Amino acid sequence: MVHKTLRHLGTGVAIAAMLATATAHAADDKLVIVTSFPSDLTDVFKNAFMKENPSISVEVVNKSTSSGVKYLIETAQNNQSDIFWASAPDAFEVLKENSLLAKYESSVSGVATELNGYPINDPDGYYSGFALSGYGFMWNERYMDAYKLPEPSEWEDLAKPVYNGHVGISAPSRSGTTHLTIETILQGEGWEKGWQTIRDISGNAKTITERSFGVPDGVNSGSFGIGIVIDFFGFSSMASGFPVDFRYPSVTALVPANIGVINNAPNSEPAKKFIDFLMSETGQGLLFDPKIMRLPVNKSVYANAPKGLPNPFDGSIKSEVNFDTAVSQGRYNVVNSLFDVMVTYRLEDLRAATVAIQEAEAALAENGSANAEATKLIADAKALLHTLPIDEAKANDPEFAAIFKTKRKKQTDKVEGRQAEIEQEWDNQIVQNYQKAAELANTARFMF
Amino acid sequence: MSSAAIARPVRFSSLGPYMVAGIVVLFLGAFLLVPVLKVIQVAFQDPSSGSLTLVNFQDFFNSSLFRQSFFNSVYVSGMSVVFASAFALPLAYFTTRFNFSGSVIIQTLAFVPLIMPPFIGAVAMQLLFGSNGSVNLLLRDWFGVDIPFMEGLNGVIFVQSIHYFPFILINLSASLQNIDRSMEEAGQMLGSSGFRLFRRIVFPLAMPGYIAGASLVFVKVFDDLGTPLLLNVNTMLAPQAYLRISSIGISDPMGYVISCILIVFSVFAMWVAFLGMRGKDYSTTQKGGGGLSKRDLRSHEAILCYVVIFSILGIVLAPHLGLLLLSFGSVWSFSVLPDSFTTGHYGTAFTSAWTFIKNTLIYAGLAGVIDIVLGTAIAYVVMRTNVIGRKWLDYLAVSALAVPGVVLGIGYLRVFYGVNMPFTDQPMATWWGIIVIALAVRRLPYALRSCTAALQQVSPSLEEASENLGASKFRTVRRIVVPLMASGLVAGFVTSFSTAAVELSATIMLVSTENDAPLAYGLYLFMQSAAGRGPGAALGVMAVIIVGLATYLSHRMVDRARQQRSSMEQAAGDAA
Repeated sequence: MVHKTLRHLGTGVAIAAMLATATAHAADDKLVIVTSFPSDLTDVFKNAFMKENPSISVEVVNKSTSSGVKYLIETAQNNQSDIFWASAPDAFEVLKENSLLAKYESSVSGVATELNGYPINDPDGYYSGFALSGYGFMWNERYMDAYKLPEPSEWEDLAKPVYNGHVGISAPSRSGTTHLTIETILQGEGWEKGWQTIRDISGNAKTITERSFGVPDGVNSGSFGIGIVIDFFGFSSMASGFPVDFRYPSVTALVPANIGVINNAPNSEPAKKFIDFLMSETGQGLLFDPKIMRLPVNKSVYANAPKGLPNPFDGSIKSEVNFDTAVSQGRYNVVNSLFDVMVTYRLEDLRAATVAIQEAEAALAENGSANAEATKLIADAKALLHTLPIDEAKANDPEFAAIFKTKRKKQTDKVEGRQAEIEQEWDNQIVQNYQKAAELANTARFMF
Repeated sequence: MSSAAIARPVRFSSLGPYMVAGIVVLFLGAFLLVPVLKVIQVAFQDPSSGSLTLVNFQDFFNSSLFRQSFFNSVYVSGMSVVFASAFALPLAYFTTRFNFSGSVIIQTLAFVPLIMPPFIGAVAMQLLFGSNGSVNLLLRDWFGVDIPFMEGLNGVIFVQSIHYFPFILINLSASLQNIDRSMEEAGQMLGSSGFRLFRRIVFPLAMPGYIAGASLVFVKVFDDLGTPLLLNVNTMLAPQAYLRISSIGISDPMGYVISCILIVFSVFAMWVAFLGMRGKDYSTTQKGGGGLSKRDLRSHEAILCYVVIFSILGIVLAPHLGLLLLSFGSVWSFSVLPDSFTTGHYGTAFTSAWTFIKNTLIYAGLAGVIDIVLGTAIAYVVMRTNVIGRKWLDYLAVSALAVPGVVLGIGYLRVFYGVNMPFTDQPMATWWGIIVIALAVRRLPYALRSCTAALQQVSPSLEEASENLGASKFRTVRRIVVPLMASGLVAGFVTSFSTAAVELSATIMLVSTENDAPLAYGLYLFMQSAAGRGPGAALGVMAVIIVGLATYLSHRMVDRARQQRSSMEQAAGDAA
């Protein structure tokens, strides 16, 4: 009856609980890796490493970059993790700043230490680059055919009216790799021009995805046509058979993806062994797995590179931008917050203004571009759309940036200004500007 | 007949209820209140000086973005209740009211939507209903039109009402089954029939179940994170809280302020539902053979019912169809169906699935058991004793509903990371049991609603009779109350179990090794890469089948229990 029912249930649960405790591992050593990489990547390395070191059992803990950093900070008092393994150098900088990393420099030979004069490893030796990634965009060929869209080749192309509603991008506050893309554009084109490009592209966005992977996923499934992504998302999607293609624009940066040993790691010897393995020719060759498709830092393995994967050491990727990690790290939260206020949370308004301007420009061009009044209105609308709440000096000002990242260490630490207050000011200004810009552009359009 | 909601006078020597209440308070205090307060503390802290302040709340209300998010959350929750009711009412009514072949299967199938992790559901729904999904591609080919099913708030409402309508269905069905047939017969004899009978007799009597379900849907949608996030809708409160907490952290307290507001508003919604129920007595003393009289359908009625039921099932099971196609499809990109089909993904999924599945069954099973034990204890203390402050026990348990999983996860890390487990010397926050506790706390409100609704329909006079015959309080509860609540308890267990089985937000903060990871976490891992979509979908299909089977078996058990109970009551009646 009911009792019996419940008792059966209880028995079942108890048996299940016993099963759970019966899965002990027989390895002598273990290694705990906190990573943001998908299991497609980690499984390959985990299996190969354990085959070479049968006495070490590897445990992979998967967390997004930002929650991984948060996890390590929260658990530092009683650390159980050995390695942090993720793309974004900024995340490693945050960990280093919080004294959560231990120095380790692998002595495996053949590993490049610099690319075009830019160091691949942390100069202080707290973390090392194991692969390189560049930024660009991927598109879905079926989608482009169906909507009759041309293939883009530069960032500016994505701002063209023809791509309106067809672009996908993630938010830098949510995705370490998107943050790097945004910083690359800002450093490559300059603060003012860079934001202009970013906002023009975002004005064409169909959506701002909440995870990095949301972008390749959207392109792969065809929910939007073009996505701004890190290179291996494009390469691995192609290798998985999706009808997609990827291209590096000329303003791109090659940024290392990193690995570091955590301070007070309970298993620091296996951790060092793992890093050596990752840097060895065997380990670097695994990066060519069709599910991974990343660019190794060990030059000698490129002889076996799969078709379509470029060699960054032979100049086949033009990386015009020398990425400055210090600048990026200094204004990290300010840039994220600006993007969220100007784009993520006000996408509707931004899109409305962008469309209005694009339509007004089309109308003007159709009528011979001779109308001075309309030209002026459109220029004013664009100026409003591109107005930034703060200039570069302010964004780079450490005192101002402190409002966005201060973690009070002592009761007596004091910071001026509150992030929410500042963001509300920005938001008021931005919403007003977008609406005004749309109005001006519409006035211009209806002159014809 | 006195109200069931009003406590009975408690006889002396009744320290028992206080002890039960004490244990419950200790549990909730340690695993809900303290971790959450630890996090919420930040909301009242001046970020610059650390002193106590309300300035963060002022910032919240000054922000047009937050005000808009609040409005959107309320709107989406309300509309989701409306659509979810439209799905649930016919299914519940037809299957309890008419003799149908296979109504158990229909009820099981209609429960299946709950056991799909929202992020997987959203992927499948995008493929089917998205702007370049199968449906829109076909519509564009045939008629040259698009329907924006999945755009913005509409998409959230669409996905949420499909995902959560079973809350209404399962609670409403349990209530309908418990309505005394004699009430309906009395109504009929007095000349009422058809819709009037439904409106005046059946529906009011089923109200506790409906309100329990509807308020759950409202609050759940209000605080749900996964769906809006996956549809990239961020101007709602829960995503705002999550985005601020996970991307900015403690330097900006707005995420924590939003968490406070989520909690307050959810408790408020529950309180409104409670007010609506107050002073109404829905318990029936006699159990006239269990539930409404079922009648046979005439053939044209049967066809009509089946048409209604299958069209509803078609919509609510669409995400599962999408998932199934995805799990067998090779490449599915900008096309109505996948390019070709393969069984390869299942092979990949199987190699890694066993640990995930085993963990999920253990975690969700233990969480479900903890939930119905606590739920029954709380419902009993609240409704049948006059323990001082007993209502607060209810509010406390229900408030868990409003705590975003991420907040609970962070709170646990903060509170329990410094505490080491006895013997193993391992931090408590990395012990797998903490995941079970987190799941139990998160799902307790569901079980509690079901237990409360079930207890509401057991008349106190049955207990009085038992006690007058000399049975102790404990014996009475064990022998009379719990058996009579059986279907409600199983409903509670199933709700807790199956939703805990797909929970991600709290577990993602707490999983410390892959060996301890549950299924939802495994799915999440797979879904992070282009090659993982197929195997992820295969794992999702396996999850749905396993939890679906568990649900079906519980329904079978309830049915058998009910039959045995009515025969027992019959025998008892004859003996008297």
